Amino acid sequence: MSARGELRGWADVALIPVLNLVVALLVSGIVVLIIGESPMEAMWIMLKGAVGSIKGWSYLLYYSTNFIFTGLAVAVAFHAGLFNIGGEGQAYIAGLGATMTGLGLEFLPWPIVIPLAVLMSALFGAFWGWVPGYLQAKRGSHIVITTIMFNFIASSLMVYFINYWLRPVGKMAVESRAVGNFDFSTFDLTGAYIPSLRELSLAIFGYRLPSSPLNPTFLFALAVAWAVWYLLWRTKLGYEIRAVGANTDAAVYAGIRPQKIIMVTMAISGGLAGLLAVNEVLGAQHRLVLEYVQGAGFVGIAVALMGRSHPVGIVLAAMLFGLLYQGGTELSFAKPEINRDMIVVIQGLVILFMGALEQTFRPWLEALFFRAED
Amino acid sequence: MLELFLGAETLSSTIRLSVPLILACLAGLWSERSGIVDIGLEGKMLIAAFAAASTAAFYNNALLALFVAILVSVGFALVHGYAAINQRGNQVVSGVAINMLAAGLAVVLGNEWFKEGGRTPALSSEARFMPIDLPGLSELYNVPVLGVVARIISGHSLLTYLTIALVPLTAWALARTRFGLRLRAVGENPHAVDTAGISVARLRYQAVLIAGVLCGIAGTYISTSLSASFVRDMTAGRGFMALAALIFANWRAWPALWACLLFGYLQAMGTRLQGVKFAGVEIPVQFINMLPYVMTVVLLAGFIGKSIPPKASGIPYTKDR
Repeated sequence: MSARGELRGWADVALIPVLNLVVALLVSGIVVLIIGESPMEAMWIMLKGAVGSIKGWSYLLYYSTNFIFTGLAVAVAFHAGLFNIGGEGQAYIAGLGATMTGLGLEFLPWPIVIPLAVLMSALFGAFWGWVPGYLQAKRGSHIVITTIMFNFIASSLMVYFINYWLRPVGKMAVESRAVGNFDFSTFDLTGAYIPSLRELSLAIFGYRLPSSPLNPTFLFALAVAWAVWYLLWRTKLGYEIRAVGANTDAAVYAGIRPQKIIMVTMAISGGLAGLLAVNEVLGAQHRLVLEYVQGAGFVGIAVALMGRSHPVGIVLAAMLFGLLYQGGTELSFAKPEINRDMIVVIQGLVILFMGALEQTFRPWLEALFFRAED
Repeated sequence: MLELFLGAETLSSTIRLSVPLILACLAGLWSERSGIVDIGLEGKMLIAAFAAASTAAFYNNALLALFVAILVSVGFALVHGYAAINQRGNQVVSGVAINMLAAGLAVVLGNEWFKEGGRTPALSSEARFMPIDLPGLSELYNVPVLGVVARIISGHSLLTYLTIALVPLTAWALARTRFGLRLRAVGENPHAVDTAGISVARLRYQAVLIAGVLCGIAGTYISTSLSASFVRDMTAGRGFMALAALIFANWRAWPALWACLLFGYLQAMGTRLQGVKFAGVEIPVQFINMLPYVMTVVLLAGFIGKSIPPKASGIPYTKDR
């Protein structure tokens, strides 16, 4: 009996996601076939483009950094039984916090400005997550609808802020001024500018890495993933979050206030999504650009589903999506017939098979194991 | 000033912009009244807009474009139905997946077929649903007052008049027919419907199909009537605005019409007020653009009135054994 339980647990954690991923990739392959290209060749170009060179790996890890943050954001909410579709908007608003700190406190030394900008990113994102949480907890609005609406409100609001407040006078591009500067010959770092690994290695070792926006935020993302694991499984608050998600009524009997937990969880979730601004605004683009989130908030849903809402799974899934993004870009250069939006198709299929149809193969698998054991 | 806010041009463009909202909102109404939450309205409209524009570009036939768009949209609706009804999957997740799939597929296939980076070629007037002047009304155009009314009512495409007709039809079908009553019952209390010997799955599939057809018409309208080609992400959040309107309308057909007209009016004003100054002050149009969403959040929070969704909405039905 116990052997069967263990086997099922193992199958549940690893086999079902892998199986669903394979099906999603197979269907994507069919789309490539319809376009008249070879799926195997496409896959090979993607793999080579993402993991066949240092440059490929750098981009892969840079994309993964974004997806770790948004994946964790969705996962934390999942644990409390909440579906936060608002990661996109929370990350977008967080960009405002990062930029305002960077621009407003430019005169302070970077060891003060950068941590402050990171904190403000998280706080702005947390606020944009907390409001829907509050509305759900205290006013009974449905979190899914409210977070969708908040994405659109954020989108309009940010157009306004960037256009009317942050765009330098006389500049055409809808973006803010740079949040800082880094001169690698003199190691002169100002503002909230997080230098890329390429710039750092040039300044410290004099070694020239291939150009990529990969920056130390990747390590920060890994630390945050660990912190989320610690929060969820090693603290009282984490226990309460999971208790509310598992059974709200039981949680109430245990003396937990679900309303408070919903608000706190949504604030944490929004804050995690907000950290995307650290990688993008401070680390990669060094300024606030219109629509800079570019759908990463929605990728977080796929990442959280695939990573089974566990930080280890999320880091792995984020890297897989990093691979898809970098590989997909290379693929669209090598084969202009296959548009870069092929990634969005794969993403959609992953969400469909991992999320909505995740039970499809379970009866079949269970029957298979059952027979093997008897 | 009055001309800007209530002139024939503003109101006519309000109607034009409301049509896709009304269709999508009715689609959501049918679906949610049967207990299936549909976040995928946006995706279904988008893929239908692409299917219509592509078909019209290939065959130069607007009616064929409409037919193919409906077919494609229904196909996507069936995927959602299968996930939500047979697999009892998470309906929100399924909707998100459909939106992404549609956005990606449209650009990938469009890029391959037309080599314009996901755009479709501009359509000629035979391939589009063009404005029709209602007989007798064009003579009134220059009459004072009446002319304004005539100019607002006349000069829309066939799909617009069809849409307006679908509102009373939906209201009647849901309130007065056996099918409509059962469908609403299945969204409130599926167990009771099941006990009465009526198939819950069948009713919900019918609702999902209707939603697919309506989104198909909406998509066709967007790419062949409102514009003359498909461009990426051209539905621009209309599916979500329709969801907002549905909440505003408290899941009823006639109020849905008014909510969509209101949101359409705000969209029209958003474009017309661009750069217009009042007493030397320019109103940032972004605030007009976000108004529908803000209003929905405020309404949902119960600060103005209360909206009550169908009881079984979003909950997969499991037959008792």
